[in-house]
Formats: sequence, structure tokens, C-alpha cells
Amino acid sequence: MTSFPLLSAVLLAPICAAVILCFVSPKAAQSVRVIAASAMTVALALTLYAFFSYDMTAGGMQFTESIPWIKDLGVHYALGVDGISLPMLLLTDLIGLAAVYSSWNITNRPKEFYILLMILIAGVTGTFIATDLFIFLLCYEVVVIPIYIMVIIWGSTKRVSKEYAGMKLTIYLLMGSAFMLVGVVALYLTVGDVVGFRTFDMQALAVAGQNGLLSEEFQIFAFLLLLLGFGSLLSMFPFHRWSPDGYAGAPTAVSMIHAGVLKKIGGYGLIRLGLLVLPLGARFWAPVIAALAIINVMYAAYIALAQKDLKYVIGYSSVSHMGYVLLGFACLNVVSVSGAVANMVAHGVMSALFFSMIGFVYEKTHMRSVTELRGLAHQMPRVATGFMLAGMASLGLPGLIGFIPEFTIFVGSFSVYPVFAILAISGIIFTALYTLRVLAKVLFGPRDSKFDRYKDARGVEMMPLVILGIALVGFGIFPQVLMGMVGSGTEQLMPLLDRIAEVPGFIGGIR
Amino acid sequence: MNFEAISTEIFILVLGLFAIVMDLVLPKNESRKSIGGVLVFALTGWVLYMFSMYVPETAVADGSATTRYFMDMMYIVDNYSLFFKQLFMVATVFTLLFSMDYMQTVLRYKGEFYALLMTALLGMCVLASANDFLTAFIGLELMTISFYILVGARISSVNSSEAAVKYLVVGSVSTAIMLYGISLVYGSTGTVQFYEMFHNQHLFTAAGLAGATMIMIGFFFKLSVIPFHMWAPDVYQGAPTPITAMLAMGSKAAGIAVFMRVIYVAFPLIGFYWLPILAVLSAVCMIGGNIMAIRQNDVKRMLAYSSIAQAGYMMVGMVSADYPGMKAVMFYGMLYVFANVGAFTALTVVEQQRGGSDYKSLAGLAKSAPVLAAVMTISLLSMAGIPPTAGFAGKLYLFTAVVNQGYLWLAFVGFIMSMISVYYYLQVAKAMYLAEGDGKELHISGAVRAAAVLSVIATILFGVWPEKLAELTNLAAYTFLQ
Repeated sequence: MTSFPLLSAVLLAPICAAVILCFVSPKAAQSVRVIAASAMTVALALTLYAFFSYDMTAGGMQFTESIPWIKDLGVHYALGVDGISLPMLLLTDLIGLAAVYSSWNITNRPKEFYILLMILIAGVTGTFIATDLFIFLLCYEVVVIPIYIMVIIWGSTKRVSKEYAGMKLTIYLLMGSAFMLVGVVALYLTVGDVVGFRTFDMQALAVAGQNGLLSEEFQIFAFLLLLLGFGSLLSMFPFHRWSPDGYAGAPTAVSMIHAGVLKKIGGYGLIRLGLLVLPLGARFWAPVIAALAIINVMYAAYIALAQKDLKYVIGYSSVSHMGYVLLGFACLNVVSVSGAVANMVAHGVMSALFFSMIGFVYEKTHMRSVTELRGLAHQMPRVATGFMLAGMASLGLPGLIGFIPEFTIFVGSFSVYPVFAILAISGIIFTALYTLRVLAKVLFGPRDSKFDRYKDARGVEMMPLVILGIALVGFGIFPQVLMGMVGSGTEQLMPLLDRIAEVPGFIGGIR
Repeated sequence: MNFEAISTEIFILVLGLFAIVMDLVLPKNESRKSIGGVLVFALTGWVLYMFSMYVPETAVADGSATTRYFMDMMYIVDNYSLFFKQLFMVATVFTLLFSMDYMQTVLRYKGEFYALLMTALLGMCVLASANDFLTAFIGLELMTISFYILVGARISSVNSSEAAVKYLVVGSVSTAIMLYGISLVYGSTGTVQFYEMFHNQHLFTAAGLAGATMIMIGFFFKLSVIPFHMWAPDVYQGAPTPITAMLAMGSKAAGIAVFMRVIYVAFPLIGFYWLPILAVLSAVCMIGGNIMAIRQNDVKRMLAYSSIAQAGYMMVGMVSADYPGMKAVMFYGMLYVFANVGAFTALTVVEQQRGGSDYKSLAGLAKSAPVLAAVMTISLLSMAGIPPTAGFAGKLYLFTAVVNQGYLWLAFVGFIMSMISVYYYLQVAKAMYLAEGDGKELHISGAVRAAAVLSVIATILFGVWPEKLAELTNLAAYTFLQ
């Protein structure tokens, strides 16, 4: 008897919704929204079930499915989740559902919007649950084009035009993926030659990589290519420039999904492919990544201080936060990598909430400049709550989702790169500065009567705040729910990480 | 004489003659679309029937099935040629489907189009099966001369006539060069047959090598490989849109079919000379075609440059010069047909009803014809190689084959240029989705809709599940190299 294909169902829910939506009348906007929301609710419910029924003591890939797909390439339709991918999957569905609700008031071609949104969510879901590299790539590249179309139609033109923003985002990501594709093809062929048969199975690739079947030179070369691809997706300095412009031009739902989960594919890919398949390459480039990570943290936070547009503040803040993730990855020990994974989840939730709130305010007032908005807490107390939650999580207030992951990263990195760790910790000061500056100006201060005619979030508009707020506070108060899951995935890396810790890194073995 | 071997060609010839007779029989003012309908059904049936002609892999391996020849080895019918013939026929069927309305409104002499399309198809089939240079030459001329006329079929349009004359002049020059090359090769080796050329030492004389080079150059003209591409943009732009589509998918694939046979069967021993050159030329095509396509403001012209780039991708597979590479070329050729059908269907409708094929004419297509706009976008993304379209699987096959032969740099060029190509393909999407058009509803007939929807289904199906097509191309490539 075959068990219920849970992960396929999670993947197919948005795809089915997209197909159904194709046949719904464009005028039936409410049906369109309800269908999209139902699909995401189903996906989220199934994911929650998977999250809480995952056997943490056993660890490893669970809920696996595998069907031979393309024989002459060695492709299997293979899905599975472990402690690293399951939190990311949960994040995807949380933000996906919130994004559906955040777009509730779209009146311009809602049908097309939701079709593209569903394709986008399906693509992101697929990357996190695929255990076959081909399926991973398929889903990875699917997401780029819907985003472009969504940005140019439903985006907003402020500092840069939405056409410019959309194209910049698309080109950066595609150029990154071009390098990554070369790396993947080289990896696929090299492993095929070594093992004797061609396969895209990530597990088989990882076994080949970890058992020393791939030469160190090859690993270093291939990892660099992957780093270019995943790094530009993760907005690693100097490939971060698409990120603020792109988020500023994109519609709310796209900003949420992009900053919340899509970016995290970069970090996830670095761990899943970079570290597991090419451990020596990861070791070699780790010091470089750590240095770039510090530039990310400091430089982006510094720029965020000077921004006036709320979306740019959060855009640069997300670049800055990704620096912590990169630092956690680069330290290559179990604690720091756990912190990196957990921080991806934390940042996903808080940036999605931020963008959702900004989107709501912008939708009502058509303003999002720090100089124009003030005293919103008087008119919109609920939205102000959302802003405060996200902001406090962003600067790492204990009791919210952001604290434990960042703390874990610092603990993990201090023994490896003490100087970098101190610099990164001091980055928190900048984070606090720009976050508090923005929150103080926008939310508090004297009541401004020009905002009196705007209503606070009500009914369905509250849903993103509720969904993401519960996650934000819930994981903050019970961090073990998240950290335990992440830990069950990263603990499996222990032997590997111990082994490569002995290998010297870039430039004569800097440690 | 084994007439059964050339049953396909006979069938197509009969269809062509039928089209002529029917055109004469029908009253002057009656629509000629019925001829197209008959041809569509007949060709579809034959394409399906052709699946039974394939020789299974096991039969080839143990020698129980011998390759079928016609006229003393001049004409070969193997799995490889069968595959390409099916490809041409599929391309023709789709072209017929989406061009019938267009031809009915645009052309002065409507019936000729069908007959000429059949002779062009016959020429392509001869090319795929040609086993010596003279047969190949006859096939090439049959196809090209048909196309000269078809390109100039819009008598009232100056652009169309200009394109026809340009095509004729450049085509004749390339024919002359190729013919001169063939005569040099014949002079030094004493044979025109591919198999005999293979063993012939006299090919390695100065005259023989010069002849081989000239033959190659002749093919490069036909494939519009940079630097022999100058004719392509003008001809593509001036020709009636469905003919542009046939030029891009049919004529090019036919050239590739015979070119691969020539380089693998006739000249493999001078591979030392031509493989690096082919690698460089394919890189030049990919870079040049994609860069020049960015600057165009006419979509047909843009597609002309893009087809130069596509020829570059397919040459990547030839560079690897082995069975995976060959299979990849065939796979890519087939999916390129579907991508082209999708793009040109939309373009044909737009040109017919809005009178132009530049980006402005496409404005607002997403509102006036949402299905066509979606089909166009997906088809262009398939050309760019973005999943889940077939283009991604095709490029993966091509580049794994060539990286396996040690050309990593070519894969770099290929992947980066295909990502750059997304830029100008998205310009089309932008025009369709963002710009406001006149908002007038376009009239889309059932045949056009069928062509658009079927092509896009094929594009996505071969993208997420290429198994069946991969098996077929495997079989064709494998038995070819036995």
C-alpha cells in the first residue's frame, strides 16, 4: 500500500488552483480570490500536518516519493523533506496564504494576478521539497517569469519605473542562474563519470561529494559557480543591487514572497547543494563568504539609514539580514548553520509582515515615504501593531522570532571568526537605529488629520497580520518548535562539518 | 527499385498535385481553405502512420533489419530521416492550420500556396533522406525554389518582392558555391556518395579540402550562420508570416538534417579541421544573434536574429559529434518547431488583422486575445529555455552533451546568452501585457486556436515530461551511428 502523497498534494494545490482559475470568468473576482485562498489553506494545513508529524528522532528525508521520470537523463520525480527544508516549506505556505490575503483588494485583472501568484508559489514550494536536482532547477527557474509579468502590470513606479525594476530583477536572477546551470551540468556529468551512471538524485550526488569522489579543484570551481547563482538570489554583496529596486517596484504579494521565501532558496541551495555535495568547495570559499557577509550586514544597514521610501528601508534591511545568514553558513559548524536556517525562517516571516503592512498603507494612502507618513498609530492601531511586531523582530527583541536565530549565529560564529562576529553584532545597532527611526516617525508623533479618512485594517485585511503575527510570536515564545526541527536536520551535518574543519580554506588556510 | 521506401515522398507529391488540380476545379471566387483542410488531415494521418516505419533498436543491433535504400544507395530511409520527415510534416500541418485564414485574405492566387508548400515539404524530405551530394542538391533546390516563390507570394507588397529577390540572389550565390564545392570533391574523389567519401583518401588533397570547405559554406548560408546570415532578417521580415515560420523551422531543420549527415558520414575524418571551427561559429551565432535581436523593433526581424541564435544552439550539439549530441539536436529541432508555431500563430493573426508585426501592433494583445498572448509568451520562453517549457530540457540535453566532450566554455556562452535572450523575449511580453492597444477584439478561427493551443500543450508537455520524445530521438540517433 502506498501512503498518501502528502508533498505532491502540497505542490499540486496551487497548480490545481492556477488551472481552475484559467476557466473562471475574469469578472468573478470574489470566486478567484476564494479559490486561491482555499488552495493555500489546504497547502498550509497539509504542511502543518507534515511539520508536526515529522519524526525528529529519526531525522533524514521523510514523506519521500519517487517516480522515474526521464530515464535517459536519470531524472526522478522525487520529493522529500528534512529538518532543513520543512521549516522553509512551512514558511512558503504561511507567506503564500498571507500574500493571497494581502492582494485581496486588487481590482485590475485579479484573475491573471492570482494565476501567476499560484504558479509562483508552486515554483517556490517545488524547490524546497524536490530531492532531485532536475526538479529543483525546473521549479527554481519557473518563478522568474511570473514575477516579471506581475511587477510590470501590478507594480508601482516611484523612484524607479516598474519596468526597470522588473527587468533588473529578472536579469540579475537569470544571469546568476546561468552560472549555476553551468555548475550543475558540470557536477552532473562529473558525478556521472565517477559513479558510472548519470543521476540528478541529490542524495547520490551528496554521497559522491562527501566520499571524496570529486577532486578538490573541481569542488572549488563548481562551488564558485553555484555561489554566483545562489549568492545573487540571496542578494550577497556585490550582487545585491536588484533587491531594493525590485522590491520597491513589485506589488505587495510579490515583495512578500520574494523577500520572504524566494531569496531563501539561495541560502537553502547553498546548504543543500553547496555544502552537502561540494564540502571542500564550501570550505575553500567560506572565508570569502564570511567577509562578504559582513559587508552585507554593515553596508546595507548603513544605506538603510539614509532611505526615505519605506520599501527601500525594508529592501536594504533584508540585504543586511541576509548577511547574518551568510555568516552563519560560512562558519560551517552545526550551531551556526542551524542559526542560518532558522534566521531565514525568521526573516521570511518578519519581512513578509513588513511588506504586507507597507502594502496596506500604500494601498490606502498612496504614500510610503518616511517624510510624508506620521502618527499612523492614531488612525490605524492594528497596522501599527503589525509594524511594531515586524520591527521588533527585525532588531532581535527576545520573545519574538528574530532573537534566538541571530543569537545562535553569533554563538556559532564567535569561535570561528571572532572579529567578524563582533562586527556582525555591532550591526544590530545600525539595525536598531534605522528600524526605530522609521517606526517612530511613521507610527508615532502627533496625530495628522490628513490620515483621518483612512480606515484601519478590517476583516480579511487582518488575515496577513494574524497569520504572520501568530508565527512571529509563536516561534518567539516557543523557539524550540523551530530550533528542534532545524537542529534535527543540521545535526546530520556534524560528521561532515567536523571532517572539513581540518581542511585549510582560501588563501593559505585562513580559519 | 524499392518504391515502398519512398512512399512518403510519393504521398506528398500526390498531395501537391491534388492541390493544383483542386485549385483548377474549384470556382474562382470560392475559398481555397478546403484544400488546406484536406492537406492537414492527410498529412496528420501519414505522420501517425510513419511511426510504424521505425526500425526498432534491437533489430538494428542484431542485423535482422537492413536499412532501406532506393536507387542504388542514392536515397536512404533510416530512423534518422524518418524522424526529420515527421518533424517537417508536423511543421507543415501546423503552418497550414494557422495560415489558411491569412492566405485567404492576403494572397492574390490562393491555391498555389498549398501546392508550393507541398513541393517545399517534398524538398525537405528528399534532403533528409539524401545519401549523395547530387540528391541532396536536388532536394535543396526543390525546397529553396519553392521558398523563393512563397516568400514573394504577396505580390502587392513591396517588402515581400524585395525579400524574394534578395533571397533568390543570395540563395543562388550559395548554391553556386556549394555546387562548385561538390564538383571539386567529385573531381578529387571520383564519387558523390556519402559512404564512399568516408574512406576516400583523395579527399585530403588541396582540391578535395577546398571543395569540402565550399560545401560547408553553402550549408552555412542555408542555415544563416554568422557571418553568412545577411539575407535572413530582410527575408524573414518581408515574407508572409507563415512562410517566415516555415523558413525558421522547416527549412532550417532540413538544412541541419543533411548537414549532420554530411559531416558525420561523408567528412568525419576531417573532423580535426571542422570541429573547432564549428564550435567557434556556434558561439558567434549565439552571441551575435542574441545581441542583434535586442535592437530590433519588428518582431519578425527579432525572430530572424533569434533563429540565428537558435541555429547556434543546435550547432552546439553537432560540435559534440557523438550520439547524445545528435539526439539533443533532434530533440531541440522538434521543440523549436512547437515554439515557432506558437509564436508565429499569434504573429500571423496580428499581422493579418492589425497590419503590422512590430512591437506596437502587439500592444494590448493580452486583453484582445488573451489565449494568443499567453501562447506567444510561453513559446518565446521555450526559445529562451526557461522551464517548465521544452526549451529548458532541450538546452540541458545540448549542453550536457557538449560539456561531456570538454567544451565547458561553450556551455558558459550558451547559458549566459540564453539568459540574455530572455530580455528581448520579455520585451514582447511587455508590449502584449502592459501597453494599451486599440482594444478591438481579434477574430480567431478554430484552426488558429487549435494550432496555438496544441503547440503550447506540446511545449509544456515536452518540458515537464520529455520521456517519449527523448526515446524517439534516442532511437533515431542511436541507429544512425550504428
